[in-house]
Amino acid sequence: MANYSLKINGETFNVDVEEDTPLLWVLRDHLGLVGTKYSCGIAQCGACTVHLNGEATFSCTLPVSSVGSDEVTTIEGLSKEGDHPVQKAWNEVDVAQCGYCQAGQIMNAAALLKKNPSPSMQEIEDTMNKNLCRCGTYHKIREAVALAAKNK
Amino acid sequence: MADLIKTNRRDFLKIAGTAAGGLFIGFYWSGCDSPKMQVLSDDEVLAQAHNFNAFLSISPSGDVVIYSPNPELGQNIKTSFPMVVAEELDADWEKVRVFQANLDNDKFDRQLTGGSGAMPHSWERLRKAGATARHLLLVAAASQLEVDMDELATEKGEVIHKKSGKKIAYGDLVADASQLEAPEDVSLKHHKDFKIIGTPVKNVDNKAMFTGKPLFGLDFYREGMVNAMIQRPPFGMKIKSVDDSEAKKVPGVTDVVTFNNNVAIVGNTTWPLLKAKKLLKVTYEPDGTVESTEDHDRLFVELMDKGKAQVMRKDGNVDQAFSKAAKVVSAEYQCPFLSHSPMEPQNFFAHVKGDKVELVGPTQTPDRARMETAQLLDIPTENVSVEITRLGGGFGRRLRADFVVEAAELSKILNKPVKVTWSREDDMTGGAYRPAVRYKFQAALDEEGNMIGYKLRGVGINAGNTTRENNFPSGSVDNLLIESVNHSSPITTNAWRAPITNFLAYAEQSFIDEVALAVDKDPVKFRLELLDRAKNNPVGEIHYDVDRMKTVVETAAEKSNWGKDANVMQGFSVYFSHRSYVAQVANIEMENNQPVLKKITAVTDCGIVVNPTGANQQVRGGIVDGMGHAMFTNMTFKDGLPTQKNFDTYRLIRMKEVPEVDVHFIDNGIDPTGLGEPALPPTGGAIANAIYKATGKRLRSQPFIEQKEFSEFNLEIKRV
Repeated sequence: MANYSLKINGETFNVDVEEDTPLLWVLRDHLGLVGTKYSCGIAQCGACTVHLNGEATFSCTLPVSSVGSDEVTTIEGLSKEGDHPVQKAWNEVDVAQCGYCQAGQIMNAAALLKKNPSPSMQEIEDTMNKNLCRCGTYHKIREAVALAAKNK
Repeated sequence: MADLIKTNRRDFLKIAGTAAGGLFIGFYWSGCDSPKMQVLSDDEVLAQAHNFNAFLSISPSGDVVIYSPNPELGQNIKTSFPMVVAEELDADWEKVRVFQANLDNDKFDRQLTGGSGAMPHSWERLRKAGATARHLLLVAAASQLEVDMDELATEKGEVIHKKSGKKIAYGDLVADASQLEAPEDVSLKHHKDFKIIGTPVKNVDNKAMFTGKPLFGLDFYREGMVNAMIQRPPFGMKIKSVDDSEAKKVPGVTDVVTFNNNVAIVGNTTWPLLKAKKLLKVTYEPDGTVESTEDHDRLFVELMDKGKAQVMRKDGNVDQAFSKAAKVVSAEYQCPFLSHSPMEPQNFFAHVKGDKVELVGPTQTPDRARMETAQLLDIPTENVSVEITRLGGGFGRRLRADFVVEAAELSKILNKPVKVTWSREDDMTGGAYRPAVRYKFQAALDEEGNMIGYKLRGVGINAGNTTRENNFPSGSVDNLLIESVNHSSPITTNAWRAPITNFLAYAEQSFIDEVALAVDKDPVKFRLELLDRAKNNPVGEIHYDVDRMKTVVETAAEKSNWGKDANVMQGFSVYFSHRSYVAQVANIEMENNQPVLKKITAVTDCGIVVNPTGANQQVRGGIVDGMGHAMFTNMTFKDGLPTQKNFDTYRLIRMKEVPEVDVHFIDNGIDPTGLGEPALPPTGGAIANAIYKATGKRLRSQPFIEQKEFSEFNLEIKRV
């Protein structure tokens, strides 16, 4: 066990966990931030996507020991009132079916727009192809990312 | 125009106070740009609300509380059910708050999600719940205003006296109205007068979903609970030995328990369990037969040839028809096992306290979860409570209760509240698959190209009846034989979204195409000829509505410009699934000598569309699901275990692989007939038929990309 001081959503959290514990499980089991989802555990589906210094990162395979002083943002911290342009677009387009993958989708889309405020459809697809949606809401995800870029 | 409907007293049991209870996860967030005024918290509204019936309470503040009883797994029932109640109530949707109800057999009927049946089953019940409350509000208003009820109207949460222009808000009437006896008869609106039904209403859980609130079973936490993961045996095997010495050394693991052919690892958090599971050394030995895919491939050939078949349907004399046929067409189709793979792996919380059990989690069948748990622990069913969380997908896997019962059993052994989480690998290897099936179709045709004989023989591995014997083309052929052979296997199977028809539709609609083309007939015209025959002079019993099926066929041909553009290679498919009808056309165009799948047009008749946004996505999602599994997904077995254990090898469709989907609905005013499944079955056939048109290659097995024929061309998928 080791002590880690983590910067998450603008706050500092101290946790005492095994060093190989993935950030995903630190968030979910130790800090109660359950918006970040477990689905595959092997960086294949994107449900666990968080931001690490603004970059979209799979938290299910990221050991807590490698986080260091990097700034972590989770879906809970993307905006204070749930009004990030991507969240607003997701509501406007009414993207979700079951909703389980959507936090990861939103985090990936938000990171894309931060880096590239006006992505082409091709760039949207290249990025969002990392995230699985078993319900098949892909058309709406694509539409919502484009809307968020437009409304920014 | 209003229809007078008798109410059923059972639907309108009064509930003391606001005892409906539930996981109060409803959220209030119609849109960031126009945040709803939320003066009262959910708890405050619930505390003040006056109850009208199982579905509905209204608070003096005018806030309307609607309970949604059926599990929500992405079919949007938690939004569409309340829409129906609110419609007949003439509620202001902006003031509606929706809550998921717990399992309650006294208040609700058919509290389950499956068979695309929730809306058809509850449609009238939901309407009456709203309409009776509206009636009582009108009675109370008439008494307050001392006017005749006929002079009153309702609109957006208010009773209006037309002559004087006086208005009374529902909230000001509920104290009186909720004391009145519910009427025996109640008027329901004509569908043309709907104001909420038929409008795009946003998912009531949007804010909670998009801000990361704990909605799902896996998010559930209870002070004092432990976490557990279970190592389950391969199919057909039993435990020979368990060496848990290394697993127990993992920091955070508190216990390892062997029970009922399972080994459970217990701890306070999840990561140590995932780690310890890899260090657990369990050896197994056969307990009956242990099967691999090569066994199934051999069985398919043997049983197709001489397996003992159950005759599902027999019309006329097929032997005679085939002996005098001018032409015979024959083909075999095969599909693999599939995992349901919802994005949220299986999980459940159980707390056994003496002879009482508390269950919380994602289930499509809360009542089955209760009954099987009560049976296992030998306690009365009423001692088991079930709280339904949101489900991160289901697709039929969560119709079973295996993942609930094992949690209850473990809680009893540990004497603690426990949440059992399945890893993705557990979810994929832990059973209850779409069964693998092989079909043999044969058609006998006369000189004019009429189908005079039709034979279908299905062989399934734990598939039960592999056919749908009273579905199309039954009724349109004089001589017909439909048979099914089942092989009992230790590999567990279960309903998988659109059970059986998720594959049968593709095979049948591809074969119908083969037959049409063998006699040089247009595939759409050929289907319409068969439907005309079924309409004018049906053979035997049929379970589909010929007119509704014809309408979707004709409309899909029209909407897709069927056969009008020589540069667009089209494939047609139509299916009657559950109670609804969907026809689809896939468009392939050649670019640089390469076929490109560009578009799928879908025409659906599901009766009245409750929520156009939800319905549109239900169709698109069904098509994406049907296409993905037809094109890419395979599951093979080696010694009783799936070879594919996670999404690195079990290939699900991704964003870039989805073409444009053009969705249309038939507007016919029929009561809703369900939409969770019907859009999926036709998709594989439409694509396969378009591929044949474009390349001359007939794909007779799934997944398409693993077929030899597929490697001879290179299908691209592009959105326009």
